[in-house]
Amino acid sequence: MTRPAPASHRHGALRNLLGIADLGPDIAAGIAEVMRLTDSFVEVSERAIPKVPALRGRTVVSLFFEDSTRTRLSFETAAKRLSADTMNFSVSTSSVKKGESLRDTIETIEAMGVDAIVVRHASAGVPRQIAHWASSAVINAGDGWHEHPTQALLDCYTIRQHLGELSGRHITIVGDIKHSRVARSNIAAFTALGADVTVVAPPTLLPPSLEGWPVKVAHDLDAVLPGTDVCYLLRMQRERMTEALIPSLREYTARYGLTEERADRLAEHALIMHPGPMNRGVEIAADVAERPNAVIVDQVRNGVAVRMAVLFLLLGSGTEWGGEPDA
Amino acid sequence: MTPTGRIIRGGRVIDRDGERVADVAIAPDGVILAVGVDLDPAALGLADPELLDAAGCVVAPGLVDIHTHLREPGREEAETVETGSRAAALGGYTAVVAMPNTEPTIDSVGVVRQVLDAGVAAGICDVRVAGAITIDRKGEALAPLAEMAELGVRMFTDDGCGVQDDRLMRRALEYASGLPVPVTLAQHCEVEVLSEGGHMHEGEWSSRLGIPGIPAEAEELMVFRDIALARLTGARVHLQHLSTAGSVQLVREAKAKGLPVTAEATPHHFTLTHAEVASYDPVFKVNPPLRTEADVAAVRAGLVDGTIDAIATDHAPHTSDLKEAPFDHAPCGMLGLETALALGITELVEPGLLSLAELLALMSWQPAAIAGIEAVHGRPIAAGEPAHLVVFDPTQPWTVDPTALASRSSNTPYAGREVRGRVRHTLLCGVPMVRDGKAQR
Repeated sequence: MTRPAPASHRHGALRNLLGIADLGPDIAAGIAEVMRLTDSFVEVSERAIPKVPALRGRTVVSLFFEDSTRTRLSFETAAKRLSADTMNFSVSTSSVKKGESLRDTIETIEAMGVDAIVVRHASAGVPRQIAHWASSAVINAGDGWHEHPTQALLDCYTIRQHLGELSGRHITIVGDIKHSRVARSNIAAFTALGADVTVVAPPTLLPPSLEGWPVKVAHDLDAVLPGTDVCYLLRMQRERMTEALIPSLREYTARYGLTEERADRLAEHALIMHPGPMNRGVEIAADVAERPNAVIVDQVRNGVAVRMAVLFLLLGSGTEWGGEPDA
Repeated sequence: MTPTGRIIRGGRVIDRDGERVADVAIAPDGVILAVGVDLDPAALGLADPELLDAAGCVVAPGLVDIHTHLREPGREEAETVETGSRAAALGGYTAVVAMPNTEPTIDSVGVVRQVLDAGVAAGICDVRVAGAITIDRKGEALAPLAEMAELGVRMFTDDGCGVQDDRLMRRALEYASGLPVPVTLAQHCEVEVLSEGGHMHEGEWSSRLGIPGIPAEAEELMVFRDIALARLTGARVHLQHLSTAGSVQLVREAKAKGLPVTAEATPHHFTLTHAEVASYDPVFKVNPPLRTEADVAAVRAGLVDGTIDAIATDHAPHTSDLKEAPFDHAPCGMLGLETALALGITELVEPGLLSLAELLALMSWQPAAIAGIEAVHGRPIAAGEPAHLVVFDPTQPWTVDPTALASRSSNTPYAGREVRGRVRHTLLCGVPMVRDGKAQR
């Protein structure tokens, strides 16, 4: 039997955040809204007691089918700073291991009364499937090669913090675009804000088709770097070698790694970014990650405030946060 | 009450010999007694025949599906021979060929007999069986083709997998050509080293959705190889569910050279594109995958110009729990028996690509010939022929409702779609298995 999907009873400004397109129809305006709220939550995070009662009584569950301590902690910290209750559904010790279906897992969690589900899954599309079955808000914390929208939002925020508006900026994304959810979300967000995006990768690490992607493609990183405002490096995974996508990590680093020499070709104001975790010595030289224009730690810090903004947009009582006092 | 025969009144009779408005009188033994205008029962010796209304309807030879997964034995929770037979009858089919990817595999006389017996016991549709080409469909050793052929098996395939080993496929074709009865080896064309890990067509949508892709070339390389092997061995090859423009073109060229090649296409490959996968609903996951608009157009062109000989459903039931999994974990396949005729009418006849007679050729007598059952199915509608018939209203609109289907599963990709063309009666040996749109058994 097919079970019908439940109706939603929520009235937030945003229904779910499954991908950057959910911030539309005017994506730029949607991102601007998140940025504006993030500004105020950055201020909260800097207080002595960084906690506000905005989401008191709300419950946020993290449902991570794939390990990611960093992203899970960032979401849980964001929820706690908004005074939401948090639950962690640990897949490795749960009924999922005993063969429970994805849909049954979701219905079980929903029966406990939750307001938002933060999902990480190795398979593309799982957050969208869950949103179809669930009445609570669904936030995609990374699905396979597909999207990682809060990463893109925190990257937009970090760039704006250092360089101002993204419009007209030249952003170069280097590395394994094909297998990267970060790249897909970032390309959607950066270009919606008017940035000019170039992807640099060996053809084996590009998606099979770039039809409809508003990006330029280059294979010569050295030629692109001087005109770049943001050099965004993706994590290079070792298993790509065994899939015959690259001959060796050494050759990858020689052609596509941000070495000391290459980093010197960047303009003085240009930012170096990475979604983490880094493979120092592979896609980024160890010392390059320590340069003053490498803003990798800022990305992580801004992640908490951006996720507070997203949770507030999904679960808050309106689009305005009144700047309530400490809880 | 003992039936004293039946008369199908006032329909438009279409068969391989043409089209005319006529009544069809059927004797109590299931053989057609007469075909003509305003038949008089008394003159035919029918005392009190059952009258089946065919006003506004087409009367045609029963449809023949040469690509059906009935799931029995092994996956009876998804479909059985009985439930699949009922779905077939409601779709207008009087014969189906059950694919051998069951558990255990249909690769021995024991399993062949089990499925044939289940078909007879259900008694709703003429259930034929395709045997595996290789033991357990592993592509390593030939299955006992002659032993299975003795039980009436006329089609062999490892469907679900293609036979990967070029030499083994060559041997299978050579060996099969020496059997005492003509048989057809049918191939699921997929070079696995190219498709492995893929879950949808590789292209614009797979790139956007982040789902690993299956390139069109994975299919086309095996189509190319099997055409070459047909040339080498002189044996006949049937290519299953063609889905790409390249495959259609290869078959077109092979036929132009006179090579012994036939091909089929499914309703979903002439109706749906890979854009459907944007929903991430595994109901759209199928193998071969849904392809591009250009591929859909090429499959349609192949059906129109005779490159493709048959429309086959690849009816593949799966339970909801298996289809409510992440896209890359869900099994491939979609239902087809109860929607195929309506899709043929809606997608091919109404836009003017095919006449109804041409559609029926693709769904009845041409597939019957490929399956080696042309002596019984897809026959002309004439006195002395077996009354395996379908009566359908080609204009009746209806909306596909997954919960209203007779199949034990509900994985149709057409939920909510409005189509035209509905089966009114399906007769097997003159007995209505479907009467006024309702299953009788």
